[in-house]
Amino acid sequence: MADVQDYKQARRYETFSYLPPLSAEQTRAQIQYMIAQGWNPAVEHVEPDRAFTYYWYMWKLPMFGERNADVVLAEVEACRREYPNHSIRLIGYDNYTQSQGLSFVVHRGS
Amino acid sequence: MAGKYEAGVKEYRQTYWAPDYVPLDSDILACFKIVPQPGVDREEAAAAVAAESSTGTWTTVWTDLLTDLDYYKGRAYRIEDVPGDDTAFYAFIAYPIDLFEEGSVVNVFTSLVGNVFGFKAVRALRLEDVRFPLHFVMTCNGPPHGIQVERDKMDKYGRPMLGCTIKPKLGLSAKNYGRAVYEGLRGGLDFTKDDENVNSQPFMRWRDRFLFVADAIHNAEAQTGERKGHYLNVTAPSPEEMYERAEFAKELRMPIVMHDFLTGGFCANTGLARWCRKNGLLLHIHRAMHAVIDRNPHHGIHFRVLTKALRLSGGDHLHTGTVVGKLEGDRASTLGWIDLLRESYVPEDRSRGIFFDQDWGSMPGAFAVASGGIHVWHMPSLVKIFGDDSVLQFGGGTLGHPWGNAAGAAANRVALEACVEARNRGVEIEKEGKTILTNAARHSPELKIALETWKEIKFEFDTVDKLDVQNR
Repeated sequence: MADVQDYKQARRYETFSYLPPLSAEQTRAQIQYMIAQGWNPAVEHVEPDRAFTYYWYMWKLPMFGERNADVVLAEVEACRREYPNHSIRLIGYDNYTQSQGLSFVVHRGS
Repeated sequence: MAGKYEAGVKEYRQTYWAPDYVPLDSDILACFKIVPQPGVDREEAAAAVAAESSTGTWTTVWTDLLTDLDYYKGRAYRIEDVPGDDTAFYAFIAYPIDLFEEGSVVNVFTSLVGNVFGFKAVRALRLEDVRFPLHFVMTCNGPPHGIQVERDKMDKYGRPMLGCTIKPKLGLSAKNYGRAVYEGLRGGLDFTKDDENVNSQPFMRWRDRFLFVADAIHNAEAQTGERKGHYLNVTAPSPEEMYERAEFAKELRMPIVMHDFLTGGFCANTGLARWCRKNGLLLHIHRAMHAVIDRNPHHGIHFRVLTKALRLSGGDHLHTGTVVGKLEGDRASTLGWIDLLRESYVPEDRSRGIFFDQDWGSMPGAFAVASGGIHVWHMPSLVKIFGDDSVLQFGGGTLGHPWGNAAGAAANRVALEACVEARNRGVEIEKEGKTILTNAARHSPELKIALETWKEIKFEFDTVDKLDVQNR
């Protein structure tokens, strides 16, 4: 029994939340993947205790047709400056499937 | 004006062999693999199958002349060699759409795979593929919700979902069973699953199971902040009991129920799928009995046909095999029926065993479920083969973790996310699998132990039902 470890329960945020927080470089790679798929990047944020809800606040509007990952990262940073305690996620809207091709949390709020 | 009535027996080919026939867009087309009896030539055998699966019987009857038989009959219109197999040939048969009741998979199967399979003129018979015309597809209900709606309801994007079948298959009490569910879900699974033979046995009646599982799900959601589900198996002795169980799952605000479409039957399945759309529950479909029907390369029904039938009858998930796990499944062939389950248009592709173009129109696709003898080392291959629109189900590969279900679930979730993250960066994940998993394990002691536990387990047996190719 000494070899068995206790499992520590923690709050999670769906895709990639079981990995260590992504570095700026890793996040940029995911944005480039979204853009390469033809998806439209978007930023959303919410108070941490409301994270379970479907609808978070939109940060401005989805960045339709944006091809530059740096522009998207800059919007994430702007959102974070404005709402330092909020959870922030990045979404790739896929208008072909009318769904989200990817969605992951880039900042876990406190 | 019809001809004169002549009683007696005619050769089938006189009526049902039509090599010049050009199929209509609205015809249901079937490809059979036929092993004829000695002395029966190919055209006669093909015509016999066309006759017996449509309007014909063994002798001429006077009432044939009261109808427009030329309009209603099935026609064998093409014959092809089976690559690498001289004992059999492919026969292509066209059926007019009027032969089938709208929206009834039951009716299509009663004709196409009815009496004809016991017919003496053929030694063995296999239904390889069916082209369902869009005219017929649009009369069917199809998946209650489909892939996109399920993603939205479950709030899960950009990755395959993770499941786990609770083991032991039989014998747990409802409360202990709920514990196993809770541990798996809180550790990071999206879904857990009733095993197919868990119905309502004396050791665990369905109502007790549903109540404890509901508690497990509500708690796991509250503690992880993620949406969770458990496939509550509502397969029952009768439709009335099936609906009673489904209604209770709805009352408990459960997101998903499950059904066994072959043992339960297409009638029950179609009814349940309609109920699920009406009541907002997702529907997971198990396929017990399929290998009885689809595994013999010369007799039965190919799984790609069962896949199409299920999509028409209705289900949001369907088990498709794993390619890499403990159960039978050739890779190219599996990729073929995964497409048939998920895509909106699938072109003919003999290299995947697909004999016809298949247009699904606006019918939603369903998730492919990979389940059976898979563990964390398989993750890179599974993500590569199945892509995002799948549920990867690790039963023993979750519950057999040395630290328990929650740790096992977390190990699989870390491995999954590491593979998806790497794939999106452009890494060849099957080739680099070991590096990806080993790196991810540096941040996850649960994954590290899992990798050590299942290091040497492989299931490398030759596939029995292979694609028909030359020189195999």
